[in-house]
Amino acid sequence: MSITVKIPAPLRPLTANQSEVVVEGATVQAAVDELSRKFPGLKERLLDEKGALRRYVNLFRNDEDIRGGAGLATALAAGDRLTIVPAIAGGR
Amino acid sequence: MQTKAQLLKQARTQVTELSPAELARDGTSPVLLDVREKQETDAGMLPGARHVPRGFLELRIEEAVADRNADVVLYCAGGTRSLLAARTLQEMGYTRVRSLTGGYGAWKDGGFPVEVPPRLTEAQRSRYSRHLLIPEVGEAGQAKLLAAKVLLVGAGGLGSPSALYLAAAGVGRLGLIDDDVVDASNLQRQIIHSNDRVGMAKTESARKTIVGLNPDVRVDEHRLRLNHDNALQLFEPYDLIVDGSDNFGTRYLVNDACTILRKPQVHGSIFRFDGQATTFVPGGPCYRCLFPEPPPPELAPSCQEAGVLGALPGIIGVIQAIEALKLILGAGEPLAGRLLLYDALEQRFREVKYAKDPACPACGSTPMRELLAEYTEASCAVAPRRGAVT
Repeated sequence: MSITVKIPAPLRPLTANQSEVVVEGATVQAAVDELSRKFPGLKERLLDEKGALRRYVNLFRNDEDIRGGAGLATALAAGDRLTIVPAIAGGR
Repeated sequence: MQTKAQLLKQARTQVTELSPAELARDGTSPVLLDVREKQETDAGMLPGARHVPRGFLELRIEEAVADRNADVVLYCAGGTRSLLAARTLQEMGYTRVRSLTGGYGAWKDGGFPVEVPPRLTEAQRSRYSRHLLIPEVGEAGQAKLLAAKVLLVGAGGLGSPSALYLAAAGVGRLGLIDDDVVDASNLQRQIIHSNDRVGMAKTESARKTIVGLNPDVRVDEHRLRLNHDNALQLFEPYDLIVDGSDNFGTRYLVNDACTILRKPQVHGSIFRFDGQATTFVPGGPCYRCLFPEPPPPELAPSCQEAGVLGALPGIIGVIQAIEALKLILGAGEPLAGRLLLYDALEQRFREVKYAKDPACPACGSTPMRELLAEYTEASCAVAPRRGAVT
């Protein structure tokens, strides 16, 4: 099933500057795996060496934080939007 | 044709009246409606009363009391105008209206509590007239703004628009923390500063602009770096904190100090064309619930390294100002547990939800007693310095 992944500005250098990409995946994990195959380097920015979601990146299935669901095992439905939200600190 | 006496006599057969003593004993906390004129209410009102002058009663009552079955007690100065006003409300379908006998005079003479609305000067009434027209602000709300104390961390990209709009709105005391001086490269976005202030301390430059905009505002210049040792003491006198800092070390420090002091903090951050804004309120999720750890420095470039569209902090900083004003006024819904995402390239806002983390080291089930260790390595400033910078 196709889902749309929203890529934030700090990660766009890894996605040929695309702000949205479409991937297939029945779970967040599967979507992240396919995203990583398509765009090398992205996986390391999202997941740590143990494969857990990095603590300065949040993933939202539609509007909901996947940490409040089943984490990376959260199921996805066709048409879902997966939003990657990294911590950013700029202000000055 | 009815004489005045007949009119009042007839109204008394239709409207229930109650005495000040009966109202004071009334445990149902009815809606109190003051129907006197402005110059009368200036001297004092019943605590919590809403004000709709009798001349505007029919026009404004639905805004003041939407529920036609609400328990409403009307009062005027002596009990006559409120009796006639209560009849009018009955004719408009209000089912539970009563009138206070003897009115405000009898209530006050009976030794019952009154509230004197804060007075605005004529100049303030004129300056804030567009606020006074909004029911959520009005004179009482404007007085709250004038009495409010807001601390801005950073007088830069985000701090410039926040401070300008908070000052224009009449927030009475603004604290500014920044240890930097104005540089020509700041002026592409830091609109509180100007060309002739290059080299001047940002706190001083910002104070000059603010005082020029609104003499009601007192500015506290804190020309220093926020750090572990001064954060709690600096934050203590203020009602809320607006975080416009530019590095993770400061952001976690602001979060932890606000969590310990139980002060709301309005968060904004920017990167190139992307902005984020949210509000952390005591008891709700905090910054560490949202982002438990900062990214490593190589993944956290500053505006200085990564660049930022000059107008972007205008959007995010003004959203922060609006959040601060709402918190002071107690109006609307703060962005608590909601992260607002702004993408300037797409010109689109999105909102995502986040929840409190029970294991959060700052605000979780075992709340911290003192500040957690600083993230000095995680600073995204170009040259990370010991202690957080603004």
